[in-house]
Amino acid sequence: MISRRSFLKNAIKGVAGLSIPLSIIGIAGPRKLFALNNVTAGVRWAFLINTYKCVGCGLCVKACKTENEIPYDANVTRTWIERYVHLKDGRVFADTPKGGRDGFTTSKIDLGEGRYQDIDEKDIDKAFFVPKLCNQCENPPCVQVCPVGATFQASDGVVLIDRSWCIGCGYCIMACPYGVRFFHPVLQVAEKCNFCYHRINKGLKPACVDACPFGARMIGNIKDPEDPVTKVIMAERVNVLKSEYGTKPQAYYIGMDEEVR
Amino acid sequence: MKGHVWRPLYAVICLVVLVLAARYFMVPKDFGIYERGYMYGFHRKSAEDYWKTFKVKYQFNTDYCRDCHAEKYSIMQTPHAIIHCENCHGPVLDHPTDPEKLSVDKKRELCLRCHLPLSYPTSGRANIRGVDPITHNPGIECSACHNPHMPSLEAMK
Ligand code: HEC
Ligand code: HEC
Ligand code: HEC
Ligand code: HEC
Repeated sequence: MISRRSFLKNAIKGVAGLSIPLSIIGIAGPRKLFALNNVTAGVRWAFLINTYKCVGCGLCVKACKTENEIPYDANVTRTWIERYVHLKDGRVFADTPKGGRDGFTTSKIDLGEGRYQDIDEKDIDKAFFVPKLCNQCENPPCVQVCPVGATFQASDGVVLIDRSWCIGCGYCIMACPYGVRFFHPVLQVAEKCNFCYHRINKGLKPACVDACPFGARMIGNIKDPEDPVTKVIMAERVNVLKSEYGTKPQAYYIGMDEEVR
Repeated sequence: MKGHVWRPLYAVICLVVLVLAARYFMVPKDFGIYERGYMYGFHRKSAEDYWKTFKVKYQFNTDYCRDCHAEKYSIMQTPHAIIHCENCHGPVLDHPTDPEKLSVDKKRELCLRCHLPLSYPTSGRANIRGVDPITHNPGIECSACHNPHMPSLEAMK
């Protein structure tokens, strides 16, 4: 027989004991959980872009195309720069002539098909440049759709393409919500930014990061809490592109605006 | 069972064996499910090595050129110090062995990447002094008057 006293005692102990693991989950913020989920030490590359610092010189695009052997005059590129100009009357213009390869050497907006929009400086509310590149998503939709296993995510989070296995079906190009994939004009296989995988594995930085004179582009290991990039991502207000897709993109932006898609 | 049942069945079994054998020889041995699981990690391991051994073209090593082009390091005392040599002269590759010379781009467009004035609020571009290419000595290379490695206006006098 158990007495009422001992029953109550044990019940209290039991409930208290059960609630400890629950309360740990409750107290731990997203940051702590993030750390817990990533205890498997190692590397997870992430990108940080400061749109305030970008001047639109396009030296990153130039360096990227040369470093990664993307035909220089073909209108495809692994990274590109978009220009956004908000006018006082509410209109928003955006362009990316040649992906920004030659910089932005006119104040006119390229509307395509040889048409240009004149902009009067006095009408500008805000205007800025946004570099784009592969987000190396934690849940990459481009990888899921590949029918032959020619694109995949490496252990450090970078999504790579197996050039000799790719059949060129183009599903991944359609699947990417950010439009970072394209056909390599010479090899006829899918192509995209891979954070200069050959460089980051040799201790170098991606070509675009090194090329940027203004420090607008940074790369870091998000699993290392001491990494300067990780510190910014954790402590400052950063944003990612199209978070509603659930892709968990790993290119973080400082100074993002809602028109940027 | 009668022969007319067994015969097509044999054919099917042969076909299955054939396909399996072909698959065994055609699918590379290093195809497998790696760190990121079945959904994201299904690939040939050797594809990673392909990218890891891709040729590096840019060094972006600030001291690389110093031994041979020391006089150009005057740039380090100027606002142009932030621009790496290879941004204006192209990838170093194995220079000076191959190629023997790097390119020298004297086009005005190179400078206008930064010096075309765009007074965009919230963009660093607004802080760089610009010149209007239509009125600022048109038709003449910028480097005819400005030394890109020592752009200070004081030094021009
Ligand atoms: C080991 C010595 C050495 C190093 C290191 C070196 N260069 Fe050179 N460079 C040369 C030689 C030699 C020439 C050929 C000079 C000539 O024929 O006038 C040359 C030529 C050039 C030229 C063409 C000059 C012309 O008159 O056309 C450029 C531009 C140049 N180098 C840039 C660089 C840059 C940028 C770096 C660093 C990333 C670099 N070099 C590193 C030795 C070197
Ligand atoms: C802003 C772009 C820019 C940067 C950065 C730059 N250069 Fe130059 N460089 C030029 C231009 C333009 C010329 C052609 C100058 C001329 O017409 O006399 C030139 C010429 C040269 C030459 C040709 C030899 C000569 O005297 O004419 C060499 C060598 C050279 N640069 C080396 C370097 C090195 C080394 C660095 C890095 C420390 C560097 N450059 C950084 C733009 C640049
Ligand atoms: C014929 C010689 C000449 C040529 C060519 C030339 N400049 Fe100048 N530039 C000058 C002189 C002289 C000054 C200083 C006086 C002034 O402000 O006009 C100057 C001033 C500048 C300034 C400083 C402006 C300021 O507000 O302080 C910049 C930046 C500049 N030039 C960039 C360029 C660029 C970029 C090019 C090529 C597209 C170029 N220059 C071509 C002679 C020249
Ligand atoms: C990557 C961007 C970039 C490029 C490309 C570039 N510059 Fe500059 N330049 C700057 C910055 C940043 C400054 C300093 C900002 C300021 O003081 O306005 C500057 C300053 C100058 C100045 C004024 C220097 C002084 O001390 O008064 C001159 C002149 C100049 N640049 C000429 C050139 C010429 C000529 C070229 C092409 C060979 C060139 N720049 C290419 C970024 C650039």
